[in-house]
Amino acid sequence: MSATLLEVRNLHTVFHAEKGAFAAVNDVSFSVGRGEILGLVGESGSGKSVTGLSIMGLIDPPGEIVAGEILFKGEDLRRKSASEMRLLRGDRIAMIFQDPLMTLNPVLRIGEQMTEAITEHAAIHRAEALRRAAEALAQVGIPSPEARLRGYPHELSGGMRQRVAIAIAMLNKPDLIIADEPTTALDVTIQAQILYEMQRLVRASGTSMIWITHDLGVIAGLADRVAVMYAGRIVETGTVDEILDSPRHPYTQGLLRSVPSANRPGDRLAQIEGMSPSLAARPPGCAFHPRCPRALDICRHDDPAPTAVDSRRSWRCHNPAPAGVAVPA
Amino acid sequence: MSTRIDSSTLGMMDTPLRAAMLKRIRSRPTAIGAGAALAVMVALALFAPLLAPQNPYDLTGLSIMNNRLEPGSVGMNGVTYWLGTDAQGRDMLSAILYGLRISLVVGLLATAGAAAIGITVGLLAGYVGGLVETLLMRLVDFFLGFPTLLVALVLLAMIGRGVDKVVLAIVLVQWANYARLVRGSVLVERRKEYVEAAQNLGFSRARIMLIHILPNCLGPMLVFATIQVATTIALEATLSFLGVGVPVTEPSLGLLIANGFEHLLSGEYWISFYPGVALLILIFSINLVGDRLRESLDPRRRA
Amino acid sequence: MTLFIVRRLLQAAFVLLMVSLVVFFAVYAVGDPVELLVSADASAAERALAIQRLGLDRPAWEQYLGFLGNALRGDLGRSFVHGTPALELIVQRIPATFELVVLALIVALALGLPLGLVAGLNPERRVGRVIMTGSIFGYSLPNFWQGMMFLLLFSVWLGLLPTSGRGETVDVLGIKLSLFTADGLRHMLMPALNLSLANIALVIRLTAAGAVEARAQDYVRFARAKGVRHSRIVRRHILRNILIPVVTVMGLEFGSLIAYSTITETVFAWPGMGKLLIDSIYQLDRPVVVAYVMLVTLLFVVVNLLVDLLYAALDPRVQVLEPAA
Repeated sequence: MSATLLEVRNLHTVFHAEKGAFAAVNDVSFSVGRGEILGLVGESGSGKSVTGLSIMGLIDPPGEIVAGEILFKGEDLRRKSASEMRLLRGDRIAMIFQDPLMTLNPVLRIGEQMTEAITEHAAIHRAEALRRAAEALAQVGIPSPEARLRGYPHELSGGMRQRVAIAIAMLNKPDLIIADEPTTALDVTIQAQILYEMQRLVRASGTSMIWITHDLGVIAGLADRVAVMYAGRIVETGTVDEILDSPRHPYTQGLLRSVPSANRPGDRLAQIEGMSPSLAARPPGCAFHPRCPRALDICRHDDPAPTAVDSRRSWRCHNPAPAGVAVPA
Repeated sequence: MSTRIDSSTLGMMDTPLRAAMLKRIRSRPTAIGAGAALAVMVALALFAPLLAPQNPYDLTGLSIMNNRLEPGSVGMNGVTYWLGTDAQGRDMLSAILYGLRISLVVGLLATAGAAAIGITVGLLAGYVGGLVETLLMRLVDFFLGFPTLLVALVLLAMIGRGVDKVVLAIVLVQWANYARLVRGSVLVERRKEYVEAAQNLGFSRARIMLIHILPNCLGPMLVFATIQVATTIALEATLSFLGVGVPVTEPSLGLLIANGFEHLLSGEYWISFYPGVALLILIFSINLVGDRLRESLDPRRRA
Repeated sequence: MTLFIVRRLLQAAFVLLMVSLVVFFAVYAVGDPVELLVSADASAAERALAIQRLGLDRPAWEQYLGFLGNALRGDLGRSFVHGTPALELIVQRIPATFELVVLALIVALALGLPLGLVAGLNPERRVGRVIMTGSIFGYSLPNFWQGMMFLLLFSVWLGLLPTSGRGETVDVLGIKLSLFTADGLRHMLMPALNLSLANIALVIRLTAAGAVEARAQDYVRFARAKGVRHSRIVRRHILRNILIPVVTVMGLEFGSLIAYSTITETVFAWPGMGKLLIDSIYQLDRPVVVAYVMLVTLLFVVVNLLVDLLYAALDPRVQVLEPAA
């Protein structure tokens, strides 16, 4: 059994508009091992959510995956039929979304929304499915699970609803969970709780996870490896330690510097100057060059290819920062 | 244009928006087709006296010998009746052309009247607020609580037939729709910055309402009014069909259809059929244009 | 819950009162009250007697109160034409109209829901556009003309369906209904279709709009991420959400259909309330007209209340009852 669960190779996902096709995911490659937590970090608009959706096969028109391979347990997901993908979803690969308020259908009971995840994949009695659902709710720390199953989503708080979503994701003991900013919409204190719960559950079951976020602070305590995305490309990958202790790409450095807890009290918060580019207005050459403190002439017209130390540590930069310099300096 | 008028400070509709709207309407074939059909119908109605081969109200020109002729047949006087004749020997084509006029006139007048009253009430209720708003909106709710057809029907049953009476009845049952719509818009606009700015400048309430707020409410209002013209025309046709609408001396398309009802069972379909087709084309084209207008004004589509 | 119902009933009573006032004084304000309440061909002596008996020589307010008192006792005057109590006359015709309206509603939902779903789930494709434009055509079609053309086609030219009237009836709990006989259904087919036409268009548009909105919701995406199959998503997730506005609107349309049945019943000579109203208008049978207005108002108010309750039952987010602890 190979240690690599998911391998994404040269993924290109575009959105068709009147004026042409814009690449939201522009030649992205990374891998996730079994039992590994990968943090996919980037600003909004960097293409991280679209990456997650592409893996799940949930890209709808006007979006389209136009190139690349998504190898899950050795099989290319892009070659699978619609019904094969449907069977995989929720069973082998699960996804959790950002907004807990609308993830659950307000007019259906929680029990039904949980059991359907089970019964749509295997011929299991409703009673047995309900039992498993109650068990899952208890696991994520929801009190009186049987009562909750009979209730409706609007009776729960945001944090509780997200726990339900997590429970649903784990119901069929998937191999991979893709979590798309699941704690962004929640209270900071709840965030910490959910983070802790997820980590505990995932480690205990050996499930792999891709945690999509814009917050490097979250990743630091949670992930094994990190991939940093900017304008549809992965600009740096490495283990958490490598990224924190030795960030090579200027954008990664910028992100690390702008984490509020990295500041000394009283100092101005550091920011990366400028704004991330929109899909339609991507700068030529290296997309980051207008905001980069280390930009060279070559960066203006030459998009850097990945510089790889090995298959799991790489960066895309013509002028990377020196190694071994942690941020803040 | 060198200076862009900023919509948020003066509350005027951006010119580029208007242009985009027209462009969108023009690029859809159904919209163009509907618009063309509508233009044709309006032109026909406008120039009816010049186009109609016969004046259907001139009793001296009618001969009972020509009655109930099939479409395309030639009458006693050598005239070809392209759409046939009715029970009095009236040329259907002419009757339809004149009928179009009445239908359109009633539709436009009634809509204009209902809109005028409704918009005024809505503006007042929305801007002045308080007790005035509560009272007016209760009135609006009351009026909207009943099916328009029944109220108009019973009302006209009491006051009798006549073009002016029909317009009055329709205005009475339609104005409340506009009031509710406008009030909703006003409530939204009232909170915007340009209103606060105008108030700080000391403009009178009337001025703010009419010159600043009203233009911004006109968008959805225009769409609604367009579709209401079609609804009004249909309503008048129905009322006339039921015998409480326009008088026999000024028959609208609805009344023409009614006239043909009794002949239907003997297979003389043309007396009802052709007026109906004309009515259908008129209403359908207005509805299509209104629908396209609505689509083009939908804020979600403004990219 | 009880508080809610009581409040609504009070509002209803208020509306009825207002309507009775309006109707009463409208009848009196327009023309000579004697003319309106006494048959046109009564002799002078009969007229004097009627004036006294009907209390027309008393002040207006007294007469109104008398009218109101009678109304509460169920006496809304006597028909000039038939001599029988107006209310009784109308009530007799209710089953005919109601069964037509119910069938029309069923047809509207049965045809409109699936068409609307297809249009809403395929908004950019040809079939979706055709359905939506078709729906505009549907409500542009003049109701009465369409009925006439159907008559022409199916009765006169093809001879497939009867031209007018109601078919055989069957006694159901003491009420005569023609819905359950084959002959009855044959007679009902065209009128019900005619009545339902505008509503089919309405249902299509509502359903399509609801489907478009539901489809974009996160919970649909989440259901897909769970691996739920498409048919179940449409059936349980989307349809359930759409049903709420559709059902509410249909409930409200019930009253509108009663109004529009006047047209259908006229075209197809269907012996219902609507035809009675039109005939009474022609024959200047004012008491029947007045009674009709009062009854229909009451009907509206009741239907609105029922629809609100239904809405609360369908949407678990709406709380008519005291909130759960």
